[in-house]
Amino acid sequence: MNDLVIRVTINGEPKRWTVAPGDLLLDVLRRESYWGVKKGCETGECGACAVLLDGEAINSCLMFAAQADGRKLTTIEGIAARDQLDPIQEAFLDHGAVQCGYCTPAMVLCTKALLAHSPHPSEAEVREMLAGVFCRCTGYKKPVEAVLAASQAHAATPARPGAARTRAARRKGAKR
Amino acid sequence: MNDGSVVGRRVRKVDGFKLVTGKTAFTDDIELPDMLIGKILGSPHAHARIKRIDTRRAKALPGVHAVLTYQDVPRVPHTTAGQAWPEPSPYDTYLLDSKVRHIGDRVAAVAAETRAIAEEALRRIEVEYEVLPPVLDMEHAMDPGTPVIHDEPDSKGIDDAARNLAGEIHRELGNVAEGFKQADLILEREYRTPRQQHCAIEPHIVISWLDADNRLVIRTSTQIPFHVRRQVAMILQLPVSRVHVIKPRIGGGFGGKQEMVIEDICAALALASHRPVKLEYTRHEEFFMARTRHPQILRLKMGVKKDGTIVAHHMKVLAATGAYGGHCTTVQGNTGSKVLPLYRSPNLKFDCDVVYLNAPPAGAFRGYGCPQGFFAQESLVDEIAHELGMDPITFRLKNAIRLGDVDELSAQLGEGRKGLPRVIRSCGLPQCLERGAAAIGWKEKRNGGRRGAGRVLRGVGVACSMQGSGIAGVDFAGAFFKLNEDGSFNLQVGATDLGTGSDTVLAQIAAETLGVSLDKIIIYSSDTDFTPFDVGAYASSTTIISGGAVKKAAEKTRDAVCCFAAQLLDASPEDLTCRDNRIFAPGGKSVTMSEVAMHAFYKEKTQVMEGSSHFNTDSPPPFCATFAEVEVDTETGQVRVPHLVTAVDLGVAINPMQAEGQAEGAVAQGLGYTLAEEMVLDDAGRVINANFCDYKIFTAKDMPKLTTILVETDEPLGPYGAKSIAEVPINGVAPAVANALFDAAGIRMRRLPIRPDAVLKALRERGQAAR
Repeated sequence: MNDLVIRVTINGEPKRWTVAPGDLLLDVLRRESYWGVKKGCETGECGACAVLLDGEAINSCLMFAAQADGRKLTTIEGIAARDQLDPIQEAFLDHGAVQCGYCTPAMVLCTKALLAHSPHPSEAEVREMLAGVFCRCTGYKKPVEAVLAASQAHAATPARPGAARTRAARRKGAKR
Repeated sequence: MNDGSVVGRRVRKVDGFKLVTGKTAFTDDIELPDMLIGKILGSPHAHARIKRIDTRRAKALPGVHAVLTYQDVPRVPHTTAGQAWPEPSPYDTYLLDSKVRHIGDRVAAVAAETRAIAEEALRRIEVEYEVLPPVLDMEHAMDPGTPVIHDEPDSKGIDDAARNLAGEIHRELGNVAEGFKQADLILEREYRTPRQQHCAIEPHIVISWLDADNRLVIRTSTQIPFHVRRQVAMILQLPVSRVHVIKPRIGGGFGGKQEMVIEDICAALALASHRPVKLEYTRHEEFFMARTRHPQILRLKMGVKKDGTIVAHHMKVLAATGAYGGHCTTVQGNTGSKVLPLYRSPNLKFDCDVVYLNAPPAGAFRGYGCPQGFFAQESLVDEIAHELGMDPITFRLKNAIRLGDVDELSAQLGEGRKGLPRVIRSCGLPQCLERGAAAIGWKEKRNGGRRGAGRVLRGVGVACSMQGSGIAGVDFAGAFFKLNEDGSFNLQVGATDLGTGSDTVLAQIAAETLGVSLDKIIIYSSDTDFTPFDVGAYASSTTIISGGAVKKAAEKTRDAVCCFAAQLLDASPEDLTCRDNRIFAPGGKSVTMSEVAMHAFYKEKTQVMEGSSHFNTDSPPPFCATFAEVEVDTETGQVRVPHLVTAVDLGVAINPMQAEGQAEGAVAQGLGYTLAEEMVLDDAGRVINANFCDYKIFTAKDMPKLTTILVETDEPLGPYGAKSIAEVPINGVAPAVANALFDAAGIRMRRLPIRPDAVLKALRERGQAAR
């Protein structure tokens, strides 16, 4: 089969990639030096290969690269602004949520997606989200704490749209 | 204890920045020009001889650069176990062999330009097998007439190959037969534990190439870079000087990488192709071709007096090592040596047989034989306490090993060779029990085996455990410092951080000893060309052994710094103190570390650099009390654990945040072991759940509330009083949950994992089930 040319916006940069129809997004991202995308199972179970596709966390091992044509991708390389870490990354370090670090990029990205939808997630919501990323090191306690702390930092950041806050507040109320 | 400013602090990981930003840190995060992809042809049969193998069609495929079978490589018996030389494991393994001993065992290996070509090449290798009956039942592996798995003449160190007996251990202290005569109560029970897998999220991966000087480079995800160098050199018949092993960041190991799993074959492919070769396991291959925890059948017999005094304890273990015997006697030896001595008894006996099976090989796994042993012992002790009408905590405290005790069984069992007696110089077990009991709500929640009401029954259980801190008289490590112009230090260590945070802990010990801030320590670890030797990251050794080396080397470096500082301060070196990146004279006058460095460099023309080695003649045990709260659904047999408390005496916590993380991770693996994880083999020896869907590891949603309590004691043999933390918290999880199930519903579950069907059956037998 013939190779395809796809256009994606990745971490804000437009890119043009030549891919084979069967190439997985995971493999293409690593080939293009997005090394923070990790491979743990290639069958959509462990979540180490998570990236954001138009802001939603997906397993890049379950998607053909060609399916990303015209879409916006975010990888861990797009989270920090050079040396300036994102509050999520700071929280992961401060709370000891990183051990071997192999699942960390996926956890950080999934947190990013969660907080965009739900700036004040409950612990149950956080655990639901993190359940998509397997970690064999931490027992998840410190990652959960880090995400909750990051949501506090997130909340402290001014000029967040009020709508999101209201939605989260409603959800919080419904839980109780 | 210490009043240090760096040790004891919850500092961030020193390598954290690159990990949270996804920088190139791991083995696979490089691309070499002309790199090939290696693949291994795994055996489709559990037990077979290769009668004929034809690789011509594979070699003819464009893009294939190497195809190796047993006919192409040296035949050197070895063990893949990463242990100090001479390894106590049998030399029963070959780079490639004409016999295959488990499904997935190596038949051939290829290196090709793409993964697709490599996989096609594997399909083109024609193999004719003489299929032999597989040996899959450990209880019958030694029966007369059973096929012999290791019938090759050149293996060494197998206990009795003709009986499929890889190793055996028989030791007795006192006389248990006489001891049982004095007992008022004797209980004898059998326990079974499963084949668990490590499931590091980063699978085994190696990249190997010949560098510009024609030396063999091996970049690998390993816990044991120096053992790998020695093993690969031996297997490929190269001088050690031609092998350079690099350990980048590791995506988890847990013992699964205390083993030379694929470095040898990847290096052989690189040598054969003269191209860089990357070889990595898929998740599926991990389950067939990596290592597992040893499954065991344990039979324990304990005799006690009416007052609860233990008078005799006899543990018999039958374990399966799978197709190869890596770690076989050392893991099982630990089941005796680290478990039995937890309770004082004048008469102790340990008997153990480890058999070969045509199953995936077992190896090292966090706990190293202790999770099996403590599941059995702590379950039995709970049952005995109940029979005696004693509180299980009281019973344990009455019999537990304590400060000043000498454990002679450790000397008897050692690690594959005669060991050294263990003296208890620090013990916080009573505090662990006290604080853990308070945290779980022991008094309020305890039923004592009485029948609860309602569909969901609740209860709490406890288990105690211990471990070691390094292997006494065996483990050793080196560390090396050099001073830089700005008062920073390069610290080179052979210690292998596999995600445990040892680079951070070692840097904290260095900074504390040198009196500098943590940012002044630039640590570089585990590279056989550039760092001193270290046996590797296993046996809970790194903080105490590698940390001991760092502390000694730092003290020598500090002394050297003080000699130069004395010149500037016009004082004597022994009167100086180092703190806050400065060196102080008694009167308060000081110079900065940088000033001393500049003086040493440019006035005295001297590089301040010092190194040291360290080993211990004892292995101080960390102690742990695990408390579990359970809920059991009498309609479905489902067991939930809402709360789990781990109270652990680790000596001094160099970094409490990281120490808690070790405990919490161990608990997660322990809960999987207790309730879910088991590699299931079919009648042909095939793993039928070789993926993360069917082999369940715990996720964030499955985990209970965890409470981690660090009980600090001061260990004289450890740097700044530290012992160890990485392994001990896994040991008590299964028995604490099992004991809590008895508390909740009066059922004794003696087989792991505890599955709902077995719980339901036990409830029905007890008349507790909802219907």
